[in-house]
Amino acid sequence: MMGLFIAQVLNGLLDGTYYLLIALGLSLIFSLGGIINLAHGAFFAIGAYLAMLITPHVGYFGALILVPLIVAGLGVVTERTLFTRFYRIDPLYSLLLTFGLAMVIEQGLRWIFGASPQNYNMPDLLRGQVFMGDFIYSRYRLFLIAVAVVTVTALWVLLNRTSFGRIVRAGVQNPEIVGSLGISLRPYLSVVAGIAIGLAGLAGVLLAPIYTVHPAMGAEIITLAFVVVVIGGLGSFWGVIFAAILVGLTKGVLVAVGLSSWSTAAIYLLMFIVLLLRPRGLLGERILRFE
Amino acid sequence: MITTSTNRRGFLRNGAAGLALSFGAPTYLRAQSAPLKIGHLTPTTGFLGPLGEYAQMGIKLAVAHINANGGAGGRQVELIMEDSVNPQTASTKAERMFERDKVDMIIGEISSASSLTISQVAARYGKCFVNTGGNSDSLRGKDCNRYMFHVETQNSMYVNAEGAYFKQQNMVEGKNWYTLTADYAFGHDLLSAAKAFLDTNGGIVAGEDLVPTDATDFSSYLLKIRQVEPDVVALNLAGTQITNFFKQYREFGLDFTVGGFGFDTVAAWAAGAQNFRGTWPNVWNHLIPNDASQAFVKSFTDAYGKPPENQAWGDYNAGLIMAKAVAEAGDASGDALVAYLESPEAQFDLMKNRKGYFRPTDHQLIQEIYAITALPADEVKNKYDIFTTSEPLPGADEPLESLAQSVTGGTCTF
Repeated sequence: MMGLFIAQVLNGLLDGTYYLLIALGLSLIFSLGGIINLAHGAFFAIGAYLAMLITPHVGYFGALILVPLIVAGLGVVTERTLFTRFYRIDPLYSLLLTFGLAMVIEQGLRWIFGASPQNYNMPDLLRGQVFMGDFIYSRYRLFLIAVAVVTVTALWVLLNRTSFGRIVRAGVQNPEIVGSLGISLRPYLSVVAGIAIGLAGLAGVLLAPIYTVHPAMGAEIITLAFVVVVIGGLGSFWGVIFAAILVGLTKGVLVAVGLSSWSTAAIYLLMFIVLLLRPRGLLGERILRFE
Repeated sequence: MITTSTNRRGFLRNGAAGLALSFGAPTYLRAQSAPLKIGHLTPTTGFLGPLGEYAQMGIKLAVAHINANGGAGGRQVELIMEDSVNPQTASTKAERMFERDKVDMIIGEISSASSLTISQVAARYGKCFVNTGGNSDSLRGKDCNRYMFHVETQNSMYVNAEGAYFKQQNMVEGKNWYTLTADYAFGHDLLSAAKAFLDTNGGIVAGEDLVPTDATDFSSYLLKIRQVEPDVVALNLAGTQITNFFKQYREFGLDFTVGGFGFDTVAAWAAGAQNFRGTWPNVWNHLIPNDASQAFVKSFTDAYGKPPENQAWGDYNAGLIMAKAVAEAGDASGDALVAYLESPEAQFDLMKNRKGYFRPTDHQLIQEIYAITALPADEVKNKYDIFTTSEPLPGADEPLESLAQSVTGGTCTF
């Protein structure tokens, strides 16, 4: 029985990585531009549909590389044409914009592909189980987690160890000073939006083989990803990672002890408590212009 | 979204098929030439959306066939369709359809909760509501109402049919069952019917979990199931959750017998032959080998480019049944229709071996149902024919009502 409990805890830890890619993107776009991108889940759905479309031509691994790039391209276009008009005004407007965008994308997918779920399977190479002592786990999920860890690490390096990242981080804290130093933030905003939305596309390819590919799949995941960001603290890289693990763990443990019907409610309760005790989130940084 | 079905030219060539399928009764030409207005409400967004899309395709095809064959008692049918969204919105839209659009009846729905709110509005206006997708027993029990009729089969009929199959396979008495149940009215209702069945037949509940309706990941449940090693994993889930479960069950390499009490073929199609497993109850499916079913499959496929799902069958037949009822009753008022539908003459061809009828005590359409069994992946030839269908249930020598006995959900008093 203890073995099962440990397996559940590990599974819960891993479960968190599924929201991580989406939550990190949400957090990035918010911290740089102050835009809460409710359409983030819709880009996740676009990623899954694109994977379904191009896998027959380029294979699963081809899709894994191409889809995030295509979705990132869509992200840059979205940033240039839409987000850029909303950086300096009340965040309520961008909230309405991205909410509308999410609905347009979802209905668009429904219009093009129909409401019926699409059939998408994992490659044979990643099927099956991995045995590690008593712990038996799906090979595909281990692959998924490995991709997530590599991606998150690469993102951390980009933000913390490159001059690109330094400017982005400076822009998060104080865009005016960055501007007065003669650095235009515009191209950085576009690239960051592209990366963030590309991450949602990547999550789409990664989760399509184990979730149902259907038009509302973005709406299904966005709420939880948003909760992760709020618990972790908007704009905090480690906060989001920590919160994703915490959320996965909470769900896993509650299911393990037979309180599965509480597993969703508990996460919202967790968010409630965090907001009550620490409104900026567990590891939320103090961002000057939002204070 | 409001859609009025006007494009029936494309369906005219299917008229012959429609004629063969639909009413054997003569078309009564009456003085009343005002169109018959049918309101259609069903969820087309959310987790029941995929089914709702088939429901809309089904009712549109029915209206096209009815109009091509001279209408309902001589009256052309006008269709007004909307997304019912959720129980509150469903109720508001039903109200608006009766009040503003002056519809004569409402057909549709999949969510049992929305069926309930629509039926309450319909009763207030004294008009009929035909439920084509809500399975909950309580809709036929304590929440029944005189103006509500059920083309969809109820939970306990599915449980009895699926249970009969498992009994035949010696998978009930003394066997361990693990149930996963969607944590809302439909799931709870199904679970209590399933438990009643296991109780009566000596099955053991070795594990049970309630699954929040927004859960997409089943890994923690799958780890528990692997630990318990049940004889049967029984699902009382709905919508895309069934598909998610199939995909992840296969992903985790589990091979305990799977089955369940609520099912729609769209979930099997989305999971695909590689992941779909088990035996499932089904109100109708596109592989039923009789002429009427195959004619319907053909005209549906001609119109939409894919075979009909069981939900399309439900709304299509509800349309034909109500057109026949209006013709026979000579009036579309709720009371006239109720009187006809409760009468012994009201027998309907349902593309099945035996005709069906509405049981006067609870308005459930008593009919044959089926069980479908997943084909092994290497025997599958295309993405739709991934299962085989059983003979009609109950068997030809048993009374039609035998599956509709011992229902849960309280007693109906009109």
